[in-house]
Amino acid sequence: MMFFRSITIGQYIYRNSIIHRLDPRVKIFVVILIITSVFLINSWIGFFLIGLYLFTNIYLSKVHPKYVLKGIRPLIFIIAFTLLIHFFTTPGEVIYHIWILNITREGIQRGLFIAVRLFYLILSTSWLTLTTSPIALTDGIERILSFLKIIRIPAHEIAMMMTIALRFIPTLMEETEKIIKAQMARGADFESGNIVKRIQNFLPIIIPLFVSAFHRADELSIAMEARCYRGGEGRTHYRQLLITKVDYIFMIVTLLILILSYL
Amino acid sequence: MIKFNNVTHFYNTGQNHKITSLSGINMEIQEGDFVAIIGANGSGKSTLAKHINGFLLPGSGDVYVDGFNTKDIESIWNIRKKVGMVFQNPDNQLIATTVEDDIAFGLENIGIEEEEMKRRVDWALNIAELNVLRTSEPHLLSGGQKQRVVIAGALAMHTTYLVLDEPTSMLDPKGRKNILEIIKTLNEEKGITIIYITQFMSEAAQFKKIFVMDKGKIVLTGSPKSVFSQADLLMNLGLEVPQITQLARKLAENGLEIPSNIITEEEMVEYLCLYI
Amino acid sequence: MPFETEALKNINLEIDKGEFVGIIGHTGCGKTTLLQLLNGLLKPTKGQILIDNIDIHQDKRKLREVRKKIGLSFQYPEAQFFEETISKEIAFGPNNMGVTGKELDERIQKSLKMVDMDYHCYKDRSPFTLSGGEMRRLAIASILAIEPEVVVLDEPTASLDPQSCSKILSVIVNLHQKYSKTIIMVSHNMEIMAELAKRIIVMEKGKVIMDDTPRNIFQYSIEKLENIGLSLPPVTYTMYKLKKIGKPISSGILTVEEAKDEILKLARSIKRK
Repeated sequence: MMFFRSITIGQYIYRNSIIHRLDPRVKIFVVILIITSVFLINSWIGFFLIGLYLFTNIYLSKVHPKYVLKGIRPLIFIIAFTLLIHFFTTPGEVIYHIWILNITREGIQRGLFIAVRLFYLILSTSWLTLTTSPIALTDGIERILSFLKIIRIPAHEIAMMMTIALRFIPTLMEETEKIIKAQMARGADFESGNIVKRIQNFLPIIIPLFVSAFHRADELSIAMEARCYRGGEGRTHYRQLLITKVDYIFMIVTLLILILSYL
Repeated sequence: MIKFNNVTHFYNTGQNHKITSLSGINMEIQEGDFVAIIGANGSGKSTLAKHINGFLLPGSGDVYVDGFNTKDIESIWNIRKKVGMVFQNPDNQLIATTVEDDIAFGLENIGIEEEEMKRRVDWALNIAELNVLRTSEPHLLSGGQKQRVVIAGALAMHTTYLVLDEPTSMLDPKGRKNILEIIKTLNEEKGITIIYITQFMSEAAQFKKIFVMDKGKIVLTGSPKSVFSQADLLMNLGLEVPQITQLARKLAENGLEIPSNIITEEEMVEYLCLYI
Repeated sequence: MPFETEALKNINLEIDKGEFVGIIGHTGCGKTTLLQLLNGLLKPTKGQILIDNIDIHQDKRKLREVRKKIGLSFQYPEAQFFEETISKEIAFGPNNMGVTGKELDERIQKSLKMVDMDYHCYKDRSPFTLSGGEMRRLAIASILAIEPEVVVLDEPTASLDPQSCSKILSVIVNLHQKYSKTIIMVSHNMEIMAELAKRIIVMEKGKVIMDDTPRNIFQYSIEKLENIGLSLPPVTYTMYKLKKIGKPISSGILTVEEAKDEILKLARSIKRK
């Protein structure tokens, strides 16, 4: 049985770098821009430019590339699979023939494009989560969404939910481990049996966990109210977000590169 | 000043069935006081605590905090600023993902400006001796440290009154001692009024004034000395009497002239030196 | 694992059938790790754990046998409840061990009786409606239903009110005396340890630093205890102080009753002179 020994939320790695100091809103915005443009671009030069840009960002963040690549490993299968699917299913000029399958020139091009797109997608989001602390990320999302308050997007509530989730996930993980052990001490077996049996086996873990989570929620809401919490209205922020000159320069450079790669 | 004016409180359990949890409470706590409220399970002490910050409202009677009535909706946030609360389970009171962010939580809620907020967080971190843990995540702290964060969060609000509802019952002896030391300093050096709810006489003995509760009523009030002289009553209420007080009573029963309200080891040693 | 630390170092312990062992030490001294090693929830990195001369990790299938022999009740054990009724809750353990039918029913009745709860009054109630003290006793009953020879309790009185606390303690004493279970108990409360345990193990930083009768520990090792910041029961401390200032008193006093007798004896003998 695997137990959650050490728990780290997100994959934030602290370094003292320009990238880490960037405003989280800028980084979120940039990632959204990259993702959209990656799906618009249709040329190898464009992809090359964006790749160069992404790796420069990772280099500037001082985070070792192995952490970035770690995020890609679990998705390699999916990338490879889409690659193959495109190889074989795209109609066009046949350049290779195996059994009943035809590989086309267009298929190779398309498959590689999609693979590179997925690769960049993961690369840019990993870059964001590796260099932005969960708190900053939450703050950034709250501020970005607050522009959407007019269309009734509950920005503050979403951010508060993220904060509480971040705060309580480790606590609940620890609790789960404790409950598993307590039930094992009563002879529970979580390792053998068929699927039905295994699902049944999870009730003695899930139910106590729910009971405790509700209990916690109850007490937490009392504690929050005792500390004058009454929703997002009139709240100030401990962490101030400040867009500096560096942020502007970063944005402009990003935009230029994206436009260049599209041309 | 916190004032309870003939406060009664019922819990509705449906179908015209009411359970009285507080009945006819009259109580005054002055600014700068250092008081303990003791009582067995279900004596109403936690209900009383929740009346102080208007979390529960009296069925009849009134609760005033610095002249504000808790029933007055307009002043409720004012009252909650003045009255800081610390509850039993340290895990379920911390909201943010780092210590400093949690201390700032209350300040964000009441709209304190950025500069002032930074100052207050620093100040509270200092008093609660949490400087080194400033950026720590709550789930990595010990129980005692978590309770200190909660206390710091209340301090940052510049509370006048700090109500602690069995804050040490889930802590180990070290954490327990530490929390009691901190609130003592807060009272002595910062003049913060402490209202400490506990089931343990050994803890209550360290306060200047004790209210004893039973079945929703205050049955005894006074200094620890005068309260402990009624050890029989306390035992009947299901409260634990400190070992030293038990010993003193037993010795007195056996003809030694020893006051039955001795609380500390030092006092006991002093008295015993007269006889042996 | 990034945060791997040595929780226990070179522990050698032997516990006999029928003992009442108290384990004390600060949070993080390795007590909980030790308890989990005892019934095979954790595996020692080095060394062996033998129960009745058999290495518990020798055979994976044997682990269940071990858990049958050693009932472990965690801190705040009421957090494990999940059934609708008290009798179902107790049945969980024996059910996992393959006990069914009439025997199961008997076990439920028996374990409730052992924790002093009335079977007919409680069996159909929900575990979640119980008071804190009753929950704690039910949790112990659910362990007892697997009929362990050894009952291991981690802080059984944590955050209970004084009355429930003394109730639990009398249940534990009963388990030891009347039902002749071997008891291994962790507690921060020195007064409880001094009064109940027949042998005390003091742990510090993953090591066993004392292992003796309470009387010997509270007589000869007081300074050592104070050095690692463990407090003494107040009466023990008082008597120790008296002795330190030169009074002819025997130290190693464990209970209020003993202290009273000792003081009265001394006071009378002085009066006579």
